[in-house]
Amino acid sequence: MRSELLLEMRDITKTFPGVRALTNASLRVGSGEVHALIGQNGAGKSTLIKILTGAYRRDSGSVVFAGASVDFRSPQAAQIGGVSTIYQEVNLVLYRSVAENIFMGREPKRFGLIDWKRMNQEAKVLLERFNIFIDVTQPLGSYNIAIQQMTAIARAVSVKAKLVVMDEPTSSLDDAEVEVLFDVIRQLKASGVSVIFVSHRLDELYAVCDFVTIMRDGQTVLESPIKDIGKLELVAKMLNRDLSDVQSSGQTGFTARTRNASDGALRLEASDLQRGRALRGVSLSIHEGEIVGLAGLLGSGRTETARALFGADQLSSGQVAFDGRQKQFKTPGDAIQAGIGLCSEDRKLEGIIPYLSVRENLTLALLPQLAKNGVVDRARQAEIVNRFITRMGIKTAGADQPIRELSGGNQQKVLLARWMCLNPKLLILDEPTRGVDVGAKAEIQSLIQELAMDGLSVLMISSELEELFEGSDRVVVLRDGQSVATLTHDQISQESIMQAMAHGATINAGTGVNLESAL
Amino acid sequence: MAQKALIQKPNLFLAFVQQQGALLAFVALLIFGALRYEGFFAVYNFAELLRYNSMFGLVALGMTFVIMTGGIDLSVGSVAALTSVLAAQLSPHGLWIALFLPVLAGMVLGFVNGLLIAKLKILPFIATLAALLAARGLAFLAANNQSVSVATDTGFTDFGQGNILGVPTPALLMFAAFLIGVLVLRFSSFGRHVLAIGGNEEASRLMGLSVDQIKIGVYTLSGALAGLAGVILASEFGAGQPTEGSGWELAAIASVVVGGTLLTGGKGSVGTTLVGVLLLGLIFNVLNFENGYGLISLSSYWQSVIRGGFLLVVVILQTRLTKGQKI
Repeated sequence: MRSELLLEMRDITKTFPGVRALTNASLRVGSGEVHALIGQNGAGKSTLIKILTGAYRRDSGSVVFAGASVDFRSPQAAQIGGVSTIYQEVNLVLYRSVAENIFMGREPKRFGLIDWKRMNQEAKVLLERFNIFIDVTQPLGSYNIAIQQMTAIARAVSVKAKLVVMDEPTSSLDDAEVEVLFDVIRQLKASGVSVIFVSHRLDELYAVCDFVTIMRDGQTVLESPIKDIGKLELVAKMLNRDLSDVQSSGQTGFTARTRNASDGALRLEASDLQRGRALRGVSLSIHEGEIVGLAGLLGSGRTETARALFGADQLSSGQVAFDGRQKQFKTPGDAIQAGIGLCSEDRKLEGIIPYLSVRENLTLALLPQLAKNGVVDRARQAEIVNRFITRMGIKTAGADQPIRELSGGNQQKVLLARWMCLNPKLLILDEPTRGVDVGAKAEIQSLIQELAMDGLSVLMISSELEELFEGSDRVVVLRDGQSVATLTHDQISQESIMQAMAHGATINAGTGVNLESAL
Repeated sequence: MAQKALIQKPNLFLAFVQQQGALLAFVALLIFGALRYEGFFAVYNFAELLRYNSMFGLVALGMTFVIMTGGIDLSVGSVAALTSVLAAQLSPHGLWIALFLPVLAGMVLGFVNGLLIAKLKILPFIATLAALLAARGLAFLAANNQSVSVATDTGFTDFGQGNILGVPTPALLMFAAFLIGVLVLRFSSFGRHVLAIGGNEEASRLMGLSVDQIKIGVYTLSGALAGLAGVILASEFGAGQPTEGSGWELAAIASVVVGGTLLTGGKGSVGTTLVGVLLLGLIFNVLNFENGYGLISLSSYWQSVIRGGFLLVVVILQTRLTKGQKI
């Protein structure tokens, strides 16, 4: 039986220049209810939450909160109205003390002056409720991320909100800390406070939530008591897959090819990679000329695996062998030297240099080899650039066009070319076709396939099942930082991938999936 | 699950040097001067030192608050020049008019800076650079390109040249301003929010702080204090001086940095800025004595070089000693 509604967001539409982020999205939360909000990247969760908390303004639709129609104009207004938010990245001031961070903006006062004694005392008591015993007068930055996150939670709870929004609060907490957080959530629930809980960890959702709302492509696709829906169905809804219809093909630029996994030489073998809570035992291998797909929900450790293999993050334990030799790449430079390239997920942030030309962007990594006595050999540079523009089918007005003027798909091709001109042995592609239009997507996919035919090994991270299903020779599935399944040959199907994403190795539902032991 | 702080117990001595590096240098220089020069450790010398440096102190106080938000105010010197001219021109019309209207003018200029920075999102460097140029031009226009004598019959010059209980009036004013500054930073929401904004502006916004108002507030404060410095300038030297004040902004920034306030904002102290001002002033004073000694003769250009060197040494000491300590 559901209690009365505390929050009802209806028909929310929000458009950003060129993008429709939300179309008639809705969200209903009962009072004293813990409500899970889930969806893929770009599904519109964050936008919906930001509209609720006043960080964005909606284009149309209505929000009824605590019985009154509201339209929060700023985070401040939402806080006063009773909605308090914990953001995914800790949004606090590291130089200031723990106590100040909890009470910033509503400092206890005495005769008009800040009452430090009371503030520190109250902060201490508040944190002790969460089993945290620390010196609250120390700068927040002197504590680890988990304590910072708990401080954010303490702040949100202490404002006596009616609704606490938690946007992936557990991503930086360890298991014991997650338990403490769950206790806090239960305390909140018991005192009638509602919680919106965003997380990609399915087990957590089932552990603490009452209801779930699933979003996809800017729309709300399902609202249900969480006990009425299974994990597999949840994942299927999120990814927009009909459970009975998993054999569709021909949707990508990957042509049907004989999956010839593992007949080439072993190129890279990683075993039991560990790094904090993000990577808790990832093993995978890639052969020469093989495309290995890396599947998993958000937060399952895909990007972290890529970064660790590339030497961008240091492992706490685990082995990496490359071309038969034990390697430990300390920096991306080491990995590049060995013949590994990484196209990162965020093109704009980590890839392109927008105001530089296609020529400069393409040869950025190659420059040291192009230079003689510090002077770039322009003729050789031009020759290489032109060759790759043709080979990759990059549509540009000329090599000197600034890269920001190119379409997303063509920018991606330039980035691929940047690595290809280094003659790598292994290319790690993190979401190679995200944000690329349909035509260019197919082109990039067939390009990846061609490169693999020529002997390049590819590790392809993707959230798109078709891409994994049709493009990969093998698929490694990650779940909660562990590789839980390796699918080969005809084991690869959209359903088997989803099964592994949802259940990991705990259920082998007779799909012929070769599930590795999780631990 | 008892959580332990990750912070290692900081070395108390190093922490003290880091926080009070300017104070140590100041005391050392004071002892050096007292031992070496006759007449150095004298009431008259210190009184005049304080009188002269009170202008820089006030400007640096405003600058401290601006820098703590992560901003910068380049216009202070020009604003002081302009208000010194205004004060001189207003001095025949009564003491209080000459004291207050120029400060108000400085406030208005600072307020405009703040509006440009907070509302139009102009970079502080650019907005206050524009104000620097504009205020300098206005100073010359108002003064008709020459220094403006002050009226001697309204008691205006007593303000800058007089003493109260043996302490130069401008110095008293400076000490009072710093005392208020310390209290505001420590015990008012405004002060804490200034530090929060400099530490993480986006987080401050999300915490519901009135970021724009506070930014406008610090630039208005800086403008007002620069205006007051201009009034002292006119009163102390008996003339409004449109050419004065160039380089004050840099001296003020130097004092703030020597005092240990982070140039990126978010962390700092008002009291140590005062020490920074006095240290830079004392270096000047010691060099004057050294020149008077007759052994060497350093031009004022050399004095500038030496001040620059001191600035670097203090800052390097502060940063090197605390390397490895995260916050």
